[in-house]
Amino acid sequence: METIDIKEFKSAKEAKLPQSLEELSIEERERLKFLGVDESLKRGGEYIQIDAKPFICKKREAKGLEMLPITEALKKYDWISDYFWKLVNPEKDEFTKAVAEDLDDGYFIRVLPGHKLVYPVQTCLYIRTDKVAQKVHNIVIVEEGAELNLITSCSVHPHLSSAFHIGISEFYVKRGGTLTFSMLHVWDKRTYVRPRTGVLIEEGGTYISTYVSLFPVKSIQTAPVCRLVGPNAKASFISIIANHPDSHIDIGGEIRLEAEETATEITSRVVVYGGENIARGKIVAKAPKVKGHLECQGLMLSDEGVMRAIPELDSHFYDVELTHEAAVGKIAREEVEYLMARGLTEEEATSLIVKGFLRVKIEGIPPELQKQIDKTLELAKLGF
Amino acid sequence: METLLEIKDLWVEIEGRKVLKGVSLKIPVGQTHIIFGRNGSGKTSLLMSIMGFPAYKVLHGKIIFKGEDITQLPPYERAKRGIGIMFQRPPTIRGVKLREILKLCSKENGVKIEELARSFTFEKFLDREINKGFSGGEIKKSELLQLMIQNPDLVLLDEPESGVDLENIHLIGQMIKKLLQKETHRPRTKSGLIITHTGFILQYVTADLGYVIMDGEIYCEGNPLEIFEAIQKYGYEGCKNCLKRCGI
Ligand SMILES: Nc1ncnc2c1ncn2[C@@H]1O[C@H](COP(=O)(O)OP(=O)(O)O)[C@@H](O)[C@H]1O
Ligand SMILES: [Mg+2]
Repeated sequence: METIDIKEFKSAKEAKLPQSLEELSIEERERLKFLGVDESLKRGGEYIQIDAKPFICKKREAKGLEMLPITEALKKYDWISDYFWKLVNPEKDEFTKAVAEDLDDGYFIRVLPGHKLVYPVQTCLYIRTDKVAQKVHNIVIVEEGAELNLITSCSVHPHLSSAFHIGISEFYVKRGGTLTFSMLHVWDKRTYVRPRTGVLIEEGGTYISTYVSLFPVKSIQTAPVCRLVGPNAKASFISIIANHPDSHIDIGGEIRLEAEETATEITSRVVVYGGENIARGKIVAKAPKVKGHLECQGLMLSDEGVMRAIPELDSHFYDVELTHEAAVGKIAREEVEYLMARGLTEEEATSLIVKGFLRVKIEGIPPELQKQIDKTLELAKLGF
Repeated sequence: METLLEIKDLWVEIEGRKVLKGVSLKIPVGQTHIIFGRNGSGKTSLLMSIMGFPAYKVLHGKIIFKGEDITQLPPYERAKRGIGIMFQRPPTIRGVKLREILKLCSKENGVKIEELARSFTFEKFLDREINKGFSGGEIKKSELLQLMIQNPDLVLLDEPESGVDLENIHLIGQMIKKLLQKETHRPRTKSGLIITHTGFILQYVTADLGYVIMDGEIYCEGNPLEIFEAIQKYGYEGCKNCLKRCGI
């Protein structure tokens, strides 16, 4: 992974916040709409941040939901200190340090005990100004027995010479709560991305994380740490990635099974058109009677790219079930020719096969989200 | 009669092995021809060469379709010109539904796809991953449905009866008849080339001309039912002996 000099980027605070969506170009609005910032979609709430500042922060579903820019939440609640920088260490690296020293903003979302939100909450972190580093800190708390579908779309203005997104996220799923967190990202071949995420899941809680990145990006490096601290807690991580030429994508994840009867599954599907992809995953069994499975599948479409699958299983107990499977290969010629015999060009056939390969059926996510993921697959150019 | 497909002295090799050794035949518009041959005689190779799969390297000869030399065209160009093939063992494509492929095969709207699938009680398969876990008969139905939507002028059928139980063979026969306009009065515009090693498909679909292929060469040409009867009686050994008698 190449080094990024954070000093080369301006503070996002210097950027001017637009007065309204109308100030955005049609191209920008189209992009945001595609990412789910769309009035016509049913949403429980919406948070949109442009560069350093919150642009929209609006609840549409009044009951059980709290949404605030994190800077306001920090002022409003003393108890937030129990959640702030508790799952991610500010000293972890230069990027966490940068956010700790100079926070722009981020979202604070809390679902009160027992409330199951009907519609997803949409957040969007958008970089609009050239050569800035956007420094975000998010906190999500799903209280006991509550349920939240959170969709985060991150993107950049279509014509920037460079941009840098650093996002700290700390997610808490309390007893019996459920959080599905889906990231649909449309970066740009000049964007650097460094998410730093920590997740804590209590007894009987469920966390399902889906990461979709099908468009070019300069570099992403992330390795969320997820702790399952109560019995019967569950976590799934799914990533659906198209790795384009000149993109460096390194996605990892460490799941710590710290209580009995916890379970996790990590699934990644990667199509490599070029560039470098590293799919890491680590499952650590810190309690007996736990289950973990790690699956990584890569499809190579060119000799120009590199794919590394690095699965890791760590057990400290004998009564555990940890497995992994990884496979990297090419598109079957036979499948392409089958479709060509039906009148598809080689490009169309390849694109359809890739789409099918990336179409992971995700258990537990709402159908509208599945639809949105399918739509992204539809629009991403997946030929060669 | 107008010729739809003409194959002239076709020599084909696959992975360095000659599988067709000077095949020639002519299919007029509206006719169905059938080729008998034992396993390994080159039947599939002939169909794959007509469809233009690159693994089947044409060493010599020509394939003329609708008056155009298509010997060098890739499969999708041939498909666009009106050639369609029913695969003997089509691949599974994971994550891709039959419905999606049907949609891509045609510019038609979804209604017709539903309707057509339902008329062959196959609608439940539309949202299944293509060919995954399909039985022998289901594969045939899926292939024929794709062909019906593709609507080619020349249909290449690779062992349409193989792996199909008696219950389904009738329906598959019906589908093939429809594809080849067997129920309509002449003049027909659709043509077919059926290959088979058992010949049983003839009980469901009529053919205008039959051939026997042996070791990559076509030997016999004649009434399909007569050839079928002879093969049933004497087997392909009989064909060999017959050739010996004729001094070939
Ligand atoms: N991919 C291949 N590589 C090498 N030989 C092949 C290949 N495919 C077929 N053959 C050989 O070519 C001959 C003809 O095969 P095929 O056309 O499939 O016969 P049929 O369909 O009549 O059973 C056989 O001897 C077969 O083993
Ligand atoms: Mg065969």
